[in-house]
Amino acid sequence: MSTIASSDAALTSELLDKYEAVIGIECHVELKTVSKMFCGCPNAFGGEPNTKVCPVCLALPGSLPVPNARAIEHMIRSGLAFGATIPAHSKFDRKNYFYPDMPKNYQISQYDMPLTVGGVVGYWLEDGSRGECRLTRIHLEEDTGKSTHASADGRLAGATSSLIDFNRAGVPLMECVGEPDLRSADEAVGFLETLARTFRELGVSDVKMEEGSLRCDANVSVRLRGAAEYGTKAEIKNMNSFRSVRRAIESEIARQIHVVESGGRVIQETRGWDETAGVTHSQRSKEEAHDYRYFPDPDLVPIDVTSDVVERVRATLPETPFARYVRYVDDYGLDSKRATQLVDDHVLAAWFDRAVAASGGKAQAVVAFVLGDLARLANESGTHLGDGKVTPEALAELVALTSSNAINSKAAKQVLEALWVDGGSAKAIVEREGLAQVSDRGAIAAIVDEILATNPSVVADYKAGKLNVMGFLTGQVMKASRGRANPTLAQELLKGKLGG
Amino acid sequence: MDPIHDSARAIARDVNARAVSAAEIAETLIPRAARVDAELGAYRELTPELMRAQARRVDQRIADGDRLALAGVPVAIKDNMCLIGTHTTAGSKILEGFTAPYTATAVQRLLDAGALPIGKTNLDEFAMGSSGENSAFEKTKNPYDLERVPGGSSAGSAASVAGYAATVSLGSDTGGSIREPAAFCNVVGFKPTYGRVSRYGLIAFASSLDQIGPFARSVEDAALTYDTIAGKDPLDATSIDRAVEATADGLRDDLRGVRVGLVKEFALDALDAATRACYESAYADLERLGAELVDVTLPTAEYGLATYYLIAPAECSSNLARFDGVRYGLRVDGADVGEMYERTRAAGFGPEVKRRILIGTYALSSGYYDAYYLKAQKARTRIGEDFARAFERCDVIASPAASSPAFRFNAKSDPVTMYLMDYYTIPGSLAGLPSLSIPCGSVVPEDGTRAMPLGLQLTSPLFTERALLGVAHAYERATLHAEKLALPEICTT
Amino acid sequence: MPTDRIDIRHVARLARLALTDAEIATFAPQLGSLMTHVDALAELDTERVPATAQVVPSRNVQRDDVLRPETILSREAALANAPQAQGAYFRVPRIIAEEG
Ligand SMILES: [Zn+2]
Repeated sequence: MSTIASSDAALTSELLDKYEAVIGIECHVELKTVSKMFCGCPNAFGGEPNTKVCPVCLALPGSLPVPNARAIEHMIRSGLAFGATIPAHSKFDRKNYFYPDMPKNYQISQYDMPLTVGGVVGYWLEDGSRGECRLTRIHLEEDTGKSTHASADGRLAGATSSLIDFNRAGVPLMECVGEPDLRSADEAVGFLETLARTFRELGVSDVKMEEGSLRCDANVSVRLRGAAEYGTKAEIKNMNSFRSVRRAIESEIARQIHVVESGGRVIQETRGWDETAGVTHSQRSKEEAHDYRYFPDPDLVPIDVTSDVVERVRATLPETPFARYVRYVDDYGLDSKRATQLVDDHVLAAWFDRAVAASGGKAQAVVAFVLGDLARLANESGTHLGDGKVTPEALAELVALTSSNAINSKAAKQVLEALWVDGGSAKAIVEREGLAQVSDRGAIAAIVDEILATNPSVVADYKAGKLNVMGFLTGQVMKASRGRANPTLAQELLKGKLGG
Repeated sequence: MDPIHDSARAIARDVNARAVSAAEIAETLIPRAARVDAELGAYRELTPELMRAQARRVDQRIADGDRLALAGVPVAIKDNMCLIGTHTTAGSKILEGFTAPYTATAVQRLLDAGALPIGKTNLDEFAMGSSGENSAFEKTKNPYDLERVPGGSSAGSAASVAGYAATVSLGSDTGGSIREPAAFCNVVGFKPTYGRVSRYGLIAFASSLDQIGPFARSVEDAALTYDTIAGKDPLDATSIDRAVEATADGLRDDLRGVRVGLVKEFALDALDAATRACYESAYADLERLGAELVDVTLPTAEYGLATYYLIAPAECSSNLARFDGVRYGLRVDGADVGEMYERTRAAGFGPEVKRRILIGTYALSSGYYDAYYLKAQKARTRIGEDFARAFERCDVIASPAASSPAFRFNAKSDPVTMYLMDYYTIPGSLAGLPSLSIPCGSVVPEDGTRAMPLGLQLTSPLFTERALLGVAHAYERATLHAEKLALPEICTT
Repeated sequence: MPTDRIDIRHVARLARLALTDAEIATFAPQLGSLMTHVDALAELDTERVPATAQVVPSRNVQRDDVLRPETILSREAALANAPQAQGAYFRVPRIIAEEG
């Protein structure tokens, strides 16, 4: 649990117990497509300003939009991944307002017939707790250009003019609207992280917050714990990392509690998050700025989504990150941290799944290798396990060899390193390198006798009560067997002969 | 061989046969258009260099063995369509100085078919008007009487063809902007089914109504031009993906078996006596040619104007938002962006455009949407249903194209009176139907001495352009009204 | 009633049109009279009538997700019509953060 940061004062735990926060998230996610939403310009981050523009995305007189089919399919995929309903009929509407980085001075969006309706995002937190947040809808729209402000610090305030780059104008954007089901900044971040993981897994977005491809707003209100009614909400904008989402929401919760505690009333407004100051501040806007005059875009025709299309898309859906997480924790018994590590690298997770399957379900043993020695080897060589020579099947063999005591753990490490360099089968390496564990009593007893005979002073120490020399003696036996002796058996025999 | 007076068909035939070069046609039309334009103010801009360059390309293609449907045909383009490298103003100060960096699909198809772009024609600002008087630049004159309007909004496209300063032209029709000026200028003006011709590159007025179509001095030339520009365009999502039947080879000479509907609600009683007599004789001519006249009813037609004056302004208020002084066109500076917007738009738009932006903004605004915009969309459905029912009883509907011949400048100062000019054309526009105006005689207006042309409007079901042009052709060949009216003076000297 | 039913100043602000007092005095009665004309629509029965946004019943007109490099404008062409450009950018007066 992170601490509450606030401009005025931290909240006491009594206040935190007295109040409950209610949070709803709306986020905009840029879709991963080759071309923009309504024209054939590239959908790519960055580049020289105003070089990815055409008559359509620059809103030259007479130009017309034609929707990108892949963007629409991405929407259906996203909705289905969260169990949303895909209505049979959908359409585009115009949202009318003036802003210089929006070329048409209306945004093509979806008003009352979005492509996906409802759905639930299951999410988890670092501590392993889980939650659910319902989605109201996900709709498709287009991004705006970017303005930079010609002031000393590049910010809006104090600028005398602004410069506009329309490269981003017209990039497909989906807006996910969540229900107010979240109760803390941690839950909000957990929800957002799961959304981001899911969109990456689906291949519908790269979700790079640093490039602005995921941007979110949070509606925050507080109420006395147990109250039935929601409090008045404020909408927080301008949070550009998960860290700032957490800080901004915590700060806003604290602010609202302080307002209420000091007898004031929270007013419904938009507040901007100031990353440097660590506070939200009011961005009151003129009343009429919000009459968007939505109407169906007469340049575009309605979208019908048949059940055939829905089923075709559904058939290609991967397991969602949340489902995978739940499987790892509940079915495989992984701890939350390890499960999260795997889920966050879907190539690694897929590799892991194959290895678990090949090993006959020995998930714990597999994960120990995957996140242990294999992760270290990959890290040291700067490559990804998925690109290396070790196959999931080879690892499964290795797991089988260790769990049947055919090789010991030290040998297992050697086998892994050999697999990493050469690939191939674990069994073959064990044979080639002669690493099979010796469990023959007679053979080990002979070595034990020899070690005891050559270390009389250690034997004397042992007999005098210094039991910890057992480790040294075992080590000597292992060394003499070139690591192949079954260490448990070696110890057992040592103890027997020393009369311990 | 007379490139000024010849038909498009004759010119294309001669150029394809290399009896005359496109270059020669260009050199004949360039001074001709300039001289006529000095009288009529039909053009916003003449494009002699483009015309010459295109003529060279056409001659080369013909020399290479191509045969082109509109080889060497001089065409005028309404100045709300983009043609790369030309100024494109839409008749508005807000676009003064804007040079189009791309070409409209319909215009490109004309060029690909060998047509020669002679210039960009004047229009009511953003195609909003019925007289041409709303152009921010000049008032185009009616070639049949320079004291009178040519009709609008495609004022210059009608006047240039009527005045033999172009062979054919492109106009755009939202509520009658091709048909009414065609009627006023004694030419054929044809609005195809909505979606038949790509709107890509046509500066939008009301997207769900706008449609490009040709002006010509004969039905045959209108058909030839239509055949060239029609068809699905991947750049316009509302263009129809449906095979276009060639119309130019489907023209007929009689009307046997054709049922012509006369609309009860379009009764001629309200018209002046001479005008009424002209239309009555037009109907009689249709019957004489073998058509069966049947009475039909469009009970919702009287709501057409109200419906149109909600839908078109609503769409226009949004379509014209992009004219903001940021990326092109006029800018009047202000202390901040908001002030710049308001000043730019105040200075750049004329009063009719402002009126429609205000009406449309109001009709879409919070609390009024259902009562106005949505209601109008539902009324639109009923108007479409009425036409569908009427077309169960007839193949084509005949009516006046306008309620009077061309009027004098400044005769209609009240906007609603001006809107009433479109009474006959608007219902068909709302239903998206193919519709044309064809010369059907003339009358001497009470306030004038010269005979002024009238137009007969023919409207048919969706996608029946071929049948519609066929009927119009039979009527034209049998009556020859266009040729009966004395040629404008400007065209005989 | 017809002349003052529309709050023209409010509508003009939404439409980003600066109107002079003279324009308001002219437009108010004109718009009022048009809206009176439009009121006739109220008597038309549209219960259970679907709205027509498009006359031609097309559906799902979409494009494949491919680049069309031939439509991309060079920066020079993109900025050629700009009332004011600065370097690679369009330039506008300062933005007051109230829209959006
Ligand atoms: Zn583009």
